Amino acid sequence: MLKVVAIMLSGMAVGYLLRKRRLRIVPHAVTVLIWALLFFLGVEAGQNPQVVGGIRDLGLEALWLSLTGIAGTVLFSWTLWRWISNGKRGKGGLKS
Amino acid sequence: MKGSLIIISFFVLGIVCGVMHWLPDLNALGNVSFWTLCGLLFCVGITVGNNTTMLKTFRNLDPRLMLLPLMTIVGTLSATAIASIGLPHRSLTDCLAIGSGFGYYSLSSIFITQYRGPELGTVALLANIIREVFTLLGAPLLVKYFGPLAPISSGGATTMDTTLPIITRCSGQDFVIVSLFHGFLVDFSVPFLVTFFCTLD
Repeated sequence: MLKVVAIMLSGMAVGYLLRKRRLRIVPHAVTVLIWALLFFLGVEAGQNPQVVGGIRDLGLEALWLSLTGIAGTVLFSWTLWRWISNGKRGKGGLKS
Repeated sequence: MKGSLIIISFFVLGIVCGVMHWLPDLNALGNVSFWTLCGLLFCVGITVGNNTTMLKTFRNLDPRLMLLPLMTIVGTLSATAIASIGLPHRSLTDCLAIGSGFGYYSLSSIFITQYRGPELGTVALLANIIREVFTLLGAPLLVKYFGPLAPISSGGATTMDTTLPIITRCSGQDFVIVSLFHGFLVDFSVPFLVTFFCTLD
């Protein structure tokens, strides 16, 4: 986790040092890296026989639990968002 | 929509490659995906640092947004508790342990396999992968219907790393700091909550 924070911070430092320049290539790099990461996630799932064998029997159970969990959490955050955006009409949850 | 389809086709292509063993073993790939993640984080870091108004954003962050990690945890656990009624062969604590993975599938499934066996560990792995993939694919729709905080709470423990780029893209740059803050706290809670529910009978 420390490594993750360190990499983020060094990226932020580089971005800050180059703040005079518009780095238009970076958003494209982000998109390509997301593709790569999803591909690797698929490979890891596909290579694990426990996952492949379990998809049929346990997949629905997992789907049920994850979708209900997401529904609950989205409901709570939606409530929070409505509370915040009602109080102040600022953008992005910022104080105006 | 087109973006989501491209993403899911990369995921499906990965599964096919994995099942067919067209690529080297898991350990070597674990490194590749780790370095990919590092590259991603670095790029996200650049976009954050490049935007100097971001620093002002952090200073002016609404303190109420700090409640978001709590909303995520309470929302997930209460819904999962209700959902356990639909799975009579699983105990309440089984379901709560799976729910407290918050998308952190690697760690939570290892914990649950140790405490409750490989079957429940597999359910935990799948449920939390689904949560992460759902967030990656559904983020635009979540923002549209439930506001910019929805993909952050849906992303759970992953909003500090894997789902951060998509959240940045869909909710906007203003939410990067909230997302990092949220991911950090929820991520931190995973080992504690999972082991807590596993040791309850």
